[in-house]
Amino acid sequence: MTSETRHSPYVPNTDADRDQIIKCLGVSSTDELFGDIPKQHYLPNLKLNEPLSELEITKELQRLSMLNYTPDTMPCFLGGGAYRHFIPSIVKHVISRGEFATAYTPYQPEVSQGTLQTIYEFQSLVCQLFEMDIANSGMYDGATAIAEAALMACRITNKDRIAVLNTLSPVYVSVIRTYVEPQGLKIYSVDPSDIKLDQETACILVQHPNFYGYLEDLKNIAKVAHENDALLVTSTDPIFLGMFNAPGKYGADIAVAEGQPLGVPLSYGGPYVGLFTCKSDFVRQMPGRIVGKTTDTKQREGYVLTLQTREQHIRRERATSNICTSEALIGTAVVAYIGSMGRVGIKHVAEMTYHKAHYASSMISKIPGYSLPFGGTFFKEFVVRCPISPAKLNSYLLENGLIGGIDVSDRVENGLLIAVTEMNTKEEIDRLVYLMAEHPARGNNLL
Amino acid sequence: MNIEYNERRSLAERSFKGKIGTTLPRLDVPVQDMPDAEDIRTDLFLPEVSEGEVVRYMTLLSQMNFSIDTNYYPLGSCTMKYNPKVNEEMASLPGFANIHPRQPKSTVQGALELAYNLQAILAEIVGMSGCSLSTMAGAQGELAGMLMIRAYHVSRGDHKRKFVLIPDSAHGTNPASAAMCGYEVVTIPSDTAGNMDINALRTACNEETVGLMLTLPNTLGLFDTNILEICKLVHDCGGLVYGDGANMNAMLGRTKLGDLGFDVMHFNLHKTFSTPHGGGGPGSGPVCARDILVPFLPSPVISRNTDEESDSYELYEPDTSIGKTSAFHGNFGMLVRAYTYINLLGASGLLEVSENAVLNANYVLANLKDHYSLPYDRVCMHEVVFSAKMQKQQGVSALDIAKRLIDYGIHPPTMYFPLIVEEALMIEPTETESKETIDNFIQVMQAIAQEVLDDPSLLKNAPYATPNTRLDEAKAARNPDLRWHLSS
Repeated sequence: MTSETRHSPYVPNTDADRDQIIKCLGVSSTDELFGDIPKQHYLPNLKLNEPLSELEITKELQRLSMLNYTPDTMPCFLGGGAYRHFIPSIVKHVISRGEFATAYTPYQPEVSQGTLQTIYEFQSLVCQLFEMDIANSGMYDGATAIAEAALMACRITNKDRIAVLNTLSPVYVSVIRTYVEPQGLKIYSVDPSDIKLDQETACILVQHPNFYGYLEDLKNIAKVAHENDALLVTSTDPIFLGMFNAPGKYGADIAVAEGQPLGVPLSYGGPYVGLFTCKSDFVRQMPGRIVGKTTDTKQREGYVLTLQTREQHIRRERATSNICTSEALIGTAVVAYIGSMGRVGIKHVAEMTYHKAHYASSMISKIPGYSLPFGGTFFKEFVVRCPISPAKLNSYLLENGLIGGIDVSDRVENGLLIAVTEMNTKEEIDRLVYLMAEHPARGNNLL
Repeated sequence: MNIEYNERRSLAERSFKGKIGTTLPRLDVPVQDMPDAEDIRTDLFLPEVSEGEVVRYMTLLSQMNFSIDTNYYPLGSCTMKYNPKVNEEMASLPGFANIHPRQPKSTVQGALELAYNLQAILAEIVGMSGCSLSTMAGAQGELAGMLMIRAYHVSRGDHKRKFVLIPDSAHGTNPASAAMCGYEVVTIPSDTAGNMDINALRTACNEETVGLMLTLPNTLGLFDTNILEICKLVHDCGGLVYGDGANMNAMLGRTKLGDLGFDVMHFNLHKTFSTPHGGGGPGSGPVCARDILVPFLPSPVISRNTDEESDSYELYEPDTSIGKTSAFHGNFGMLVRAYTYINLLGASGLLEVSENAVLNANYVLANLKDHYSLPYDRVCMHEVVFSAKMQKQQGVSALDIAKRLIDYGIHPPTMYFPLIVEEALMIEPTETESKETIDNFIQVMQAIAQEVLDDPSLLKNAPYATPNTRLDEAKAARNPDLRWHLSS
């Protein structure tokens, strides 16, 4: 065994280097450099584990990771804002390049053209997908994207009320509250069957397809919003746009989405990226970074961060937002994903997802005791009314090696929200249907 | 022969009908009824490019970047340290990368255990009682921290407080976050030693003070020698102290913010704990709080339930939480990376981080102060701020010096920040650079100082050896070109 003092592999200074520096500084020790720290609070006891080697920490994290069950081995029908779609190999390879992953924010454009041009591609692809005029370079996630959209709508209209369609994701509503209420803005809930807006309403927030998976009547909602001088803000599943009309087609003023389905691992909820688009008139009220194309001193094309006077590092307390990130590396994954999937690939994924989800819903609806309480069109998620409580059904499914859906019995009696993507095989769906049918508590055991 | 071949052409320009960059799986269920034709999209226009072409294009783009893996970044306040590769391997383990955020708790005990442990580690490092990992960036951590202070005052029926005190050396996110809480900002000037002007602070503190937002060490790289008195002044008027953790690299193991009087703070895992910057995110900004603010932490927090029969972890929402700040549980993938890093270093490794970060910064200070103006000539912490005002007299700005560094393969320092230093050049060497690298940087900076005297025009047009020379930012803002269009 070697008995040399252990040093961090990430600190290249040797003892000799440190001695030289200390000598150069004319101090007696490093501690002298920390002399401004109050003596009684210097070098407190730090209760942390002993350092681990890479081998040891790898084993420990493998142990922890293997305590988790993944949808790879346990079929899973969860959605509700994060979806398991296939990720082509190219995505991880592109974002693993150190030149992307370990670069700084592109404030110095001459040494950041790679990141800047990638963001310009990202903005372009997102606009194409949404049929919207402009996009920013990304927000933290889908929830904060819609919260910031609500704040932006209040700035644009100079009004302080926010209408929220009551089919919006409850977790999104929670994040929106965190963001808007401290600023004195008021949220009120609106039912899709009877949309009435008052004159003080800045915007209406609509999820399409909604949290329960179904399409909203965007055409009518846009009409009501615009008649009341309110903005239409939509949140959309980006894969849905491979098959269904885009928010831009319905006149959305601000359209956002959770970008995770576009090539980003589930990773227990993050990091993801919020997609954020709007009409070009509103660009100066947009939060977040924006990249623009320009020319250099030799008249060659290049890219820069632009319209920065909206941002916190220039405008401080008068900025459009405090955001100081764009989740750029996740945006790079989105570019690699859409870039390689292309028009045909995105459409194909959307259609496969649609057919599998509808196959699942039709099979489940044929089981005695189960029904589909909502009419209308859905894409990849749908609500099933179960003969027993969804919590009990989910536990039963879990005991049998399958992760069921989201319990929405607070909204629909015995309601279970089921998501199906192209990743769920027919075998998995048939197994789900079989287990739902044979649940012993139904007194109708088919075994 | 004139061959036009733009290797930087966009995906749109690379797109040709019939190309495909992916494989299409077969449908294994019967085809279902299609929705109404009027809902179906007929105008999806996305690029059609083969996989190899996408890879070559994106690899080319990557090669137009500076990055930590390829270049030195003495970039003040950004802590551009080396990002260990083991972090990336651990975050991509299938048991972490592939779990759904809504999975039942019994199926994600490993993820919850990791997050629970990380909460405890972060709280221990700063001497606080609680921690939430749900904030997805430093600026969001600031927002959450200030919302917690707001919720604390409101919970006590104290509604008159509306002013947040912020030093003039602060990051722009501080005032922007305070404004998002509905507060007004009062700027506190710095004194000639680079500390906060304690008399100005004393005057500003009153019954309408929400609290103070303070970065320690401050953005001048200086540890405020009045820190105990500062916290006391704010507490005495009923305000609370928020700590911006941007500069925690200097503090690791050296002192605990909680011991000094801070009530709540955020970490930047992408600075202090080596998760990659990614060209501008994703980051992660966990919030740690003293006991009185723990009940207001953003949701969720992870708890451990131990009894005779079981030991398990779960997510919960504190009773008086400020609410959710992310759809799920924050940027979990970044938590795995930081957890890996901290456990690999242990307490002794963290002390080595702060030791070498501070040694290296003072080494740069000592070797450049005869060449660049040093506005605050005292021992610095992890970074040092110079002024290019002597060079300005030769017609050369901090910007020109920064751009010239690029020609030597070094990323520019942070420029024109903090705002209180004229022609500021803010240099943070970090602990992960070798003495040879730092010696080279010093020599280059000295050479540039000489170039300013010999041939100022050389610097005005730098850099020379990059994919683009200086870009026209005014044109970009005047005629925004923010995307390409594809309509077939």
